[in-house]
Amino acid sequence: MIREPLIFELSAKGKRAFFFPTLDVPERKDCLAGISLRHEIQGFPEVSEIEIVRHFTRLSQTNFCVDTSFYPLGSCTMKYNPRVNERVAAREAWLSCHPSAPAELVQGNLEVLKTLEDLLSEITGMDAFTLQPSAGAQGELTGMLMIRACLQERGDPREVVLIPDSAHGTNPSSAHICGYRVVEIKSNEKGTIDLTSLDQAMNDRVAALMITNPNTLGIFESEIDRIAGIVHERGGLLYMDGANMNALVGKFRPGDMGVDVLHLNLHKTFSTPHGGGGPGSGPVGVKKELACYLPVPVIEKTSAGYTLNFDLPKSIGRVRSFYANFLVLIKALAYILSLGGEGLKEVAEVSVLNSNYIRKSLEGLYHLKYDAPTLHECVFSDKFQKERGVANIDIAKRLIDYGVHPPTMSFPLIVPGALMIEPTETESKRDLDTFIEAMKAIAKEAIEKPELVRTAPHTSYVKRLDETKAARYPVLRWEGEKEE
Amino acid sequence: MRYIALSEKDKKEMMAALGIHSLDDLFCCIPSPLRLHRELEIPSAMSEMELIRHFEALGRKNSADHFLSFLGGGAYPHVIPSLVDSLSSRGEFVTPYTPYQPEVSQGTLQVIFEFQTLVCQLTGMEIANASLYEGASATAEAVLMAYRLRGKPKVLMARTLHPQYREVVQTYVKNLFVETDEIGYTEEGRINVKDLASKIDRETSAVVCQTPNFFGVIEELEEIAAIAHEHQALFIVVVSEAASLGLLKPPGACGADIVAGEGQSFGLPLSFGGPYLGFMACRKDFLRQFPGRIAGQTQDAEGRRGFVLTLSTREQHIRRERATSNICTNQAWCALRATIFLETMGQAGMRELAYQNIQKANYALGRLAACQGVKRKFSGPIFNEFVCEFEAGWEKIDGHLRRKGILGGLNLETSYPELKGCGLLCVTEVHTREEIGRLVGAVEEVLQ
Repeated sequence: MIREPLIFELSAKGKRAFFFPTLDVPERKDCLAGISLRHEIQGFPEVSEIEIVRHFTRLSQTNFCVDTSFYPLGSCTMKYNPRVNERVAAREAWLSCHPSAPAELVQGNLEVLKTLEDLLSEITGMDAFTLQPSAGAQGELTGMLMIRACLQERGDPREVVLIPDSAHGTNPSSAHICGYRVVEIKSNEKGTIDLTSLDQAMNDRVAALMITNPNTLGIFESEIDRIAGIVHERGGLLYMDGANMNALVGKFRPGDMGVDVLHLNLHKTFSTPHGGGGPGSGPVGVKKELACYLPVPVIEKTSAGYTLNFDLPKSIGRVRSFYANFLVLIKALAYILSLGGEGLKEVAEVSVLNSNYIRKSLEGLYHLKYDAPTLHECVFSDKFQKERGVANIDIAKRLIDYGVHPPTMSFPLIVPGALMIEPTETESKRDLDTFIEAMKAIAKEAIEKPELVRTAPHTSYVKRLDETKAARYPVLRWEGEKEE
Repeated sequence: MRYIALSEKDKKEMMAALGIHSLDDLFCCIPSPLRLHRELEIPSAMSEMELIRHFEALGRKNSADHFLSFLGGGAYPHVIPSLVDSLSSRGEFVTPYTPYQPEVSQGTLQVIFEFQTLVCQLTGMEIANASLYEGASATAEAVLMAYRLRGKPKVLMARTLHPQYREVVQTYVKNLFVETDEIGYTEEGRINVKDLASKIDRETSAVVCQTPNFFGVIEELEEIAAIAHEHQALFIVVVSEAASLGLLKPPGACGADIVAGEGQSFGLPLSFGGPYLGFMACRKDFLRQFPGRIAGQTQDAEGRRGFVLTLSTREQHIRRERATSNICTNQAWCALRATIFLETMGQAGMRELAYQNIQKANYALGRLAACQGVKRKFSGPIFNEFVCEFEAGWEKIDGHLRRKGILGGLNLETSYPELKGCGLLCVTEVHTREEIGRLVGAVEEVLQ
């Protein structure tokens, strides 16, 4: 296979890929007076157009992605990203629109935003939404800041946030930025929140409980109404991480069951592409009592059309510049409109069907630490294979040889050697079966040819990479220019 | 339903394998009283053709795209080479996630590594990360990082830092015992060094300064850096118009400790404010406190070069509440577009881009300032934005321009009450001499 060099290694003095029109205004040297200028951008590449096209095309071909492979990365909801959503988002009316254009000239944009807010409210049972947060983690931050503002107004912001030990790492990290100390709640033997532990931990120093439902094991917190009761009766608020909303759309509305604040990940449930790690979007929904704390601006529908309201005295303020990851929001709206209420319910049903089909097919071959029913994802571990010296990372890497993207590894932390599998609703039975057969074959290989698994992948663009070396001797940029 | 790949036969076989009779049985773990026992009130599904028509109609409700716009202020109209759309829209770049599995993500990882290198070269800093959300939250992350490094309660922000960036910093730090104070500006439109010297003390963690600043004026960074360093404070340089880096002396060569900014100018359309591209770069010795994803070079089992996400012990999924940031998903695809943009521009293109901006903006400023009743507000050198004070008042000018199909700029009074009658105008390489002439002509009409 051709090894694609770094662009800097393709560079040669004087090559160009872009030319500007001749400057059409009179050139004035005096406008550079009083400015410290640079002579060149040291090491900056100089390449031709065809070299750039081949460079990125070849690089792209080394990626696994949803368009090429089954991608059961648990907790990430790697579903198909519809092409039509890209098309409707690529319209000039959106692309060339400056964010500071007056509201009366961008009524289409504001209608997109307001419509999406209302649809998300209907789907989740929340009363109001902000679309500002750029991704789930910023949604958590926004939500927790609103909780803090609300409690502050009640007289005491409190000090502690309770978070289950199965939670995403972003939860404690976001709570920390809001000035809270994190106390971990241990999961019970069923993998869910232990009500006794919660009962003991929940006191008047606790601002909120952050839950994920279904949790990161794919298990529904079926006592959520009692959980909400305990939190509320002691003056706390209930935050829900909606990362796993794909399992619930049309089936369960968090806002109906005591959740005060929730964030969604539009790049998960609502199919906006993941882009290799963003841009995402993390809208936050709140119940009525918290709507006055939403970040500014808030979009309002008036008799004169849509307006942006910046005057919200109790608002937590801004969490980003301008309004939101607007193009991502258009894609999410297009997705909701092309599915309709019926279609959204089917998303939940088929994602849960696919996940359970995989779980049933692999039970016995791979260890399942928690045997409670699961929804959209299931978490196996490498416990059986470990006996032969084969770890979850080896299983994951071996899957690459079978043409499948590995599941999420080593998360949640409460399952040692975890393999977290989320197939989503968009996979064909044939692709599910191919994955199942691959997992079965690897379980067999782990017994018969463990070395083959331990040294995988064997067919990829690069062989297994030394991550320890990367961290111990960090090389974080090309330094070649120093050698010249 | 759209996007479901199971046939009815497949479903039946799978349900039989699970021993269930209806898909609803799969949800028995949700107690019935908790379930939604009605259909969602969402219109029924639209076909592809209906969807396209629907969004065409929504798009027609906008009229801003028909205007000749001189709006800037943190979002800039720039050329986007054809390569950017064409290459970045490949499914192999659009549809994977964060490259957790490096062996099947070398494309994404090598792009990040190249992006980090380009950001270092542009800013003159030693290390850069894989991206942050956008300029304002990147600035907030820089302030949080400085606070972790110095542990002192005070942060000084220039009043010429983008007003929205200042608001976002406030939102991020307000619960962390950090107090912020503002540094005023001079008649040149530059940071008031005397004011800075009087407010900085041993309790200051960081000084935050934007260049070109919100008024479009280019700051003299060395003097500010010297004052910050004299008090052991870190110097954070914010760049909201990254195209300026093609020509201006890099912040790293002017004493910056951390550079944070907005990369929208590098191949990202205005898009009503997002998605954009936050970036951050800093000195190597701050690595352990650096937020966000970082790609690093390593070797595979056969000794070949490869790239991985690295130093993840800084990050939330390992360190949880002690992480350097809560960020997880960032703006990888936007960083890809910036990488294609920058590599297409190359050494000569970046310089030409910046040069045309500075020439055209100065030309427009010269023509406007020559009009009766229009005054150049600040005397400091500008990049591609400038402030003019209009005797007739901004509303009158803006109203007339709008009737002429022109969005003239930002009303500065909104964020700076002391700048009544002032507008912030942006002129870049996309504006032709004829268009600048239209702007000047329309302004003259009001004044006559």
